[in-house]
Amino acid sequence: MTATEAAPTRTEDRPAEEPPSQGQGWQFSSPLVVTVLLIVAIGLQGPVRRALSAPVMQSWMTVFVAVVVQALPFLVLGVLLSAAIAVFVPPAFFARALPDRPALAVPAAAMAGVVLPGCECASVPVAGALVRRGVAPAAALAFLLSAPAINPIVLTATAVAFPNDPRMVLARFGASLLVACAMGWLWQRLGRADWLRPPARPSSEGLGKGAAFWGSVRHDVMHAGGFLVVGAMAAATLKAVVPASWLHAASVNPVVSVLALAVLAVLLSICSEADAFVASSLTQFSLTARLAFLVVGPMIDLKLFAMQAGTFGRAFALRFAPVTFAVAVLTSVLVGAVLL
Amino acid sequence: MNRQAQAVVLFLVGGAMLHAGFTDLYLRYVKAGLRPLLLAAGFVLIAAAVATVWYERRGGEPHEDHGHGHGHVHREPRVSWLLVLPLFALVLVAPPALGSYSAMRTGMALQKPFGFPALPAGNPLPLSVVDYAGRAVYDHGHSLGGRRFELTGFVALDGNGEPYLTRMVLNCCAADAQPVKVGLTGRIPPILEPDTWLDVVGTYTGKRVKDPVNGSVIPFVVVSRARVVKAPADPYESPE
Repeated sequence: MTATEAAPTRTEDRPAEEPPSQGQGWQFSSPLVVTVLLIVAIGLQGPVRRALSAPVMQSWMTVFVAVVVQALPFLVLGVLLSAAIAVFVPPAFFARALPDRPALAVPAAAMAGVVLPGCECASVPVAGALVRRGVAPAAALAFLLSAPAINPIVLTATAVAFPNDPRMVLARFGASLLVACAMGWLWQRLGRADWLRPPARPSSEGLGKGAAFWGSVRHDVMHAGGFLVVGAMAAATLKAVVPASWLHAASVNPVVSVLALAVLAVLLSICSEADAFVASSLTQFSLTARLAFLVVGPMIDLKLFAMQAGTFGRAFALRFAPVTFAVAVLTSVLVGAVLL
Repeated sequence: MNRQAQAVVLFLVGGAMLHAGFTDLYLRYVKAGLRPLLLAAGFVLIAAAVATVWYERRGGEPHEDHGHGHGHVHREPRVSWLLVLPLFALVLVAPPALGSYSAMRTGMALQKPFGFPALPAGNPLPLSVVDYAGRAVYDHGHSLGGRRFELTGFVALDGNGEPYLTRMVLNCCAADAQPVKVGLTGRIPPILEPDTWLDVVGTYTGKRVKDPVNGSVIPFVVVSRARVVKAPADPYESPE
């Protein structure tokens, strides 16, 4: 976890000779480090396997690998889209496609989230590319929040998971869209440009389209991928350590139950295409509490927080995440009270 | 991390995805339907690695000025190194599919099936644990009748040592896996180790208990024959 804190600031002024992950004075080149790491890991295979054979460690590792393996294809999809936006779509396109007034651009961008079929890992790099391409941050953030929750795949999964409560689909769609718009407008009102500090990127000026495209893919995968690993480790730890019986205790009080499921959504970091099935199995909770789980999860969880910090900077993520959480919980309760 | 190292890591991560996708390894972590996406991602990552080396060789990225002169060299942050962790975990350790430890920590989770279509012929009739449990709990065994069924799952023992035949049910990846448990009664083998895969032939019984973790209903099966089998290629079941 310490690596996340150090990461965004140190990229900028490091001289080339400084070795990437060792102390000063060591003339290590990165490929050498990779090779040495590989050899050490292969050499220590036996002891490592023995240490990892405890059931807790095994289930930790399985969940960790599962989160990464599941998220990587969607991350790659998002990264390809973001590189395509950066290289092949002229900035003027977004100026024409989105309404001029930011107050209208926000809901338009939030609705545009319908077209990105994927889970939340894909939307982070795409939203980053939109900001760099000159889209108003308020609109890009609305897209970032809505895309993973309201695309057709996720809504279909929700309908399948709640066969007896078709209103859940409507409630999820409505609440997610509301939160995305509210956050976009909030950012437009209160957001400050200097909070958004995306880490330095390699300049693509003077490059051919191919070089710029693959340069962007490489940068985004390395960057967001690293943060994805941090998030996956956190999610695996909580899944392996926190006993499920705590949840049972939390389901008794209606207020506590909403908060408990909202926090659970943050901690579990489940893909938005699968969270409806988990929500439907939490039968001891009210529908409103489960709606909160479905609205909060795709907008803010440990994995997403790490990736947002990597894409937009830590100052942004630290402010954006808690507000998103609060707005999402409140909206879920309101929508739940009206619809469910 | 400089560009060569990034290319190496990209290549290895892509290779690991292909390795997992072309063997049955990926089935321990994600649902079978994700396989094409997994393979595509692996190819893209390898292409990105190749492209990185290719453009580097051609000197296409002018900002890599090897440390002297103007400006700075863009390197990815140290957090990128963490990408080697899932690589090691996947290739060197290859952790097993979730088993009895996770199953007994998590409450039974069973979707209510849309309906209970008549069962095909067969004696004993192979049935998924999810299907059996769904019919036993939500149809109170009406569609199961007095027939013999063949169920395959792993053994999980509760605090009192009572055995359950268990399958983890996967919607997307192992992070959302939840257990479906069927209690064993009747002619149970005298010694049952957790995580042993069993092939059980048995009949429906009205006996049921509450899962202590979340209060869900766990149905039972009366075992007439049980034998130890190898774990199936796909250790998980998907929801009905």
